[in-house]
Amino acid sequence: MELVLQQCVNALQWGSFYALIALGYTLVYGVLRLINFAHGDIFMVGAYLAFFISTALLAPDGMFAFPRELVLALTIPLTMIFTSLVGVTLERVAYRPLMRKGAHRLYVVITALMCGLILENGNLALLGASRKTLPVLLDKSVYDLWGIAVTNLKLWVILAAVLVFLALHFIVVKTRIGMAMRAVSWDKFALPLMGIPLDSVIVFTFILGSGVAGLGGLLFAMSYPVLEPYMGAMTGWKAFIAAVVGGIGDIRGAFAGGFLLAFVEVMVAAFLPSTFRDLFAFSILLLILWQRPTGIFGKPLTSKI
Amino acid sequence: MLKYARATVLVCAAALFAPSAALAGQTIKIGFPIPLTGEIPKVGESTKFAAELFKEETNAKGGLDVGGKKYPLEFIFEDNESRPETAVNVTLKLIDRDDVLAIIGPQSSRQAVPVGAVANDNETPMITPWSTNPDATRDRPWVFRAAFLDPFQAPVAADFASKQFNAKKAAVLFEISNDYSKGLADNFKDAWEERHGKGAVVSFESHGPKDQDFSAQLTKMIAARPDFIFLPQNYSFAALIVPQARDLGYKGYFMGSDAWGSAELMKLCGDACKGQFFSTHYAAAGATGKTKEFIDKYNKKYGYVPDDVAALTWDAVALIADAIQKASKLEDDTRKMRKLIRDNLASVKNFKGITGDMRFDAQGDPVKCAVIVAIDDQGQFTFKESVCPK
Repeated sequence: MELVLQQCVNALQWGSFYALIALGYTLVYGVLRLINFAHGDIFMVGAYLAFFISTALLAPDGMFAFPRELVLALTIPLTMIFTSLVGVTLERVAYRPLMRKGAHRLYVVITALMCGLILENGNLALLGASRKTLPVLLDKSVYDLWGIAVTNLKLWVILAAVLVFLALHFIVVKTRIGMAMRAVSWDKFALPLMGIPLDSVIVFTFILGSGVAGLGGLLFAMSYPVLEPYMGAMTGWKAFIAAVVGGIGDIRGAFAGGFLLAFVEVMVAAFLPSTFRDLFAFSILLLILWQRPTGIFGKPLTSKI
Repeated sequence: MLKYARATVLVCAAALFAPSAALAGQTIKIGFPIPLTGEIPKVGESTKFAAELFKEETNAKGGLDVGGKKYPLEFIFEDNESRPETAVNVTLKLIDRDDVLAIIGPQSSRQAVPVGAVANDNETPMITPWSTNPDATRDRPWVFRAAFLDPFQAPVAADFASKQFNAKKAAVLFEISNDYSKGLADNFKDAWEERHGKGAVVSFESHGPKDQDFSAQLTKMIAARPDFIFLPQNYSFAALIVPQARDLGYKGYFMGSDAWGSAELMKLCGDACKGQFFSTHYAAAGATGKTKEFIDKYNKKYGYVPDDVAALTWDAVALIADAIQKASKLEDDTRKMRKLIRDNLASVKNFKGITGDMRFDAQGDPVKCAVIVAIDDQGQFTFKESVCPK
């Protein structure tokens, strides 16, 4: 029993990362109907930015020599801001010009794939293949709760994922800008006629999605402190699958899908030979999609073109 | 084309800098098809540095003494780009055009296995310093190696863990898509069950090449209550797995393999890896005698402590030099000379290298001791003991 609960905690932590990345996929898709395949690599950029920011701030090597608690408090917002800038830059440089020219959505998706490769290989060219490690920002303590081992970091990661989800849900459902985002996905052509600045809404969406990816990257780098240029690729792909299974375009779907994928992965590894983990995990997801092709929370859409 | 141009420049440069040698017309040429770029550039660098150190030392004394006459060494370094195809091409060039007497390299098994076939077909002696895959030398009388094989490393780890940790139950976590990791894990499982009975490996788990979270496997492993966990893994995985096991409440020992032996391990793993052990080819800290001499010379010239690749390369070069010296004179006929070198290599009795004493078995694999390294409180790899084949 303890074993099952321990695996649940493992799945909750791992699922938090999937959820944080899947939220970014789903936000952009929900508004633009665009699968931003560079998103996993934006997550990677977030982890590297966290590395640079924290080493620059931290004593004794950093430029400023701040204490650790302050460094962590500063690294979180700074990483989110800078990662958002990267996301917005991609939108401005790569996606917007193409969409302006009326390119088919397929070309924009392929461009997103290329942007992801550019980020990966740019990183490789700039920083080399040797791996980086994030300095320790948080003293880790292991708690033993009724036979289940939990670290403070794991609890923070899970809490962060839940808070981010609630915040995004609030923004999309309750605020005016959220209403505008939903309106863009409803009808992109009628929107400017109503006096809503389309571009600002899109930029805001990218800021939200990339900022969350940046936070995810920072937490990931704290939990798994071996950074390499391709770290975002596989995790990003899996998070995308999680978003689709949850019902892409729906925030609740991304959140639930992320945790679902992690639970399936962890439980397969826990109760079957770990060699079969990905094989079984994705077969199960395929079965779910057979039953519900639009995902768990997805609604059937009529084509809007 | 560029590659040939570069090689030509290299040869010309060598001729320029050693005019006496060029005039005398006879140098001892050895070819190095090594990974100067690609996935493992650091390995190529170590190889080149160690070889050049050897060359400078020998040439400073006027060259290698063969039958009372001194011949300067001439090393030709070719980049194999960490790719098997390129490695085969540059090796053919070294054998056919540069007329080298012997090949040293390539380092990783992925290139050493195909290049071994080329060297064997062309009847050129070759030593791969670092490759641990049995296929590189199997049924190839012209191919040798300087490192011990994986099937030897596994019982070494098993014996040491039985003694040091007083362990009866072992758990293993390996990378499923990596031949090195999987092969070593299988060998270890056999060795452990041979010593402690069937079922003594209480948990045998694997992970994929891109995995970063191992908590599911580790939870399972820890629940089986092993006395220690064996990690035949690359250092980048070891640095993730060890702290994660600690987070899950595991307090026991870890034991690693020679792939742990990178300076980057401690940078990535931090305090969690201190106090653990791994088996490898040589230990820099606490070295004595000839090994210490080599480490000091290398450190002085290049500014860092040489890794196992550098030490094994040094031994490979020394083995070839030794085999050449055993010939009473340098034959003009390259083919004849190559045959002599091969025969002398095969009959080495007790070569005293810096990575230990060795001789070759019938397959061209060395019979030598492995070293167990302990990671101390400063994160240094210190010599614990050496384990020799029975």
